[in-house]
Amino acid sequence: MSRIQESVIIRTVVRIMVPFIELFALYVIIHGAGGPGGGFQGGVIFGAAIILYAMIYGIAEGKKKMSDALDKILASTGLTIYAGTGLLCILFGGMFLQYGSVPLIPDNPALVSKYLIDLVELGIGTTVAAVMISLFFDVSPPESEEGELPDYEGVDV
Amino acid sequence: MIWILDITMLFFLVVCAIAAISIKDLLSAIIILSAYSLIMAVVWVEMHSVDVGFTEAAVGAGITTVLFIATLARTEGRSED
Repeated sequence: MSRIQESVIIRTVVRIMVPFIELFALYVIIHGAGGPGGGFQGGVIFGAAIILYAMIYGIAEGKKKMSDALDKILASTGLTIYAGTGLLCILFGGMFLQYGSVPLIPDNPALVSKYLIDLVELGIGTTVAAVMISLFFDVSPPESEEGELPDYEGVDV
Repeated sequence: MIWILDITMLFFLVVCAIAAISIKDLLSAIIILSAYSLIMAVVWVEMHSVDVGFTEAAVGAGITTVLFIATLARTEGRSED
């Protein structure tokens, strides 16, 4: 465990900040249809929150929150939501991802489109977050090694 | 368009790009690349492309830096050439 990970200030700040970063990620995902943002950016921010937690509290502690099995389930669930929404539109006689063709709310295809876009964005965000977290777990060094970073001469980490 | 801001940002962009490929220490190169991404995000927003700037800031300056540093922790940290 490196000196950064032992610091009480950093551990406390990270513990307080992670929920707010996740809330911001959800805001970016939902806001994506009408303004800047979207599923990809929100998913990356959500993944960054979990990665921040795993960096400070250790990879093993991070894997307790986000296990490899959960990673795989979330990554495939997001893809299923995306493809399922698209196929639902085909099922109701439209084209792939032609949201207006789903008769969810009678006589208002624009409103259906708004809700289904949010659903698709949520699917994208879930997959991107899960893949980013599993990427970090795959490249991060094993816990047995000393600290997160190698020791450099002259660089105080 | 604030042209003096544009020129300043693009100048720092070129400086960061040259520094990132010419420096020997790989940790410094990663941090400079992160700074490059941050400046690039500001340039994107300045060009009224907020969505691309958002992605650049989240992916380029955020996740890529973390992944590079995590990869660096498994290597020696110095470039041979």
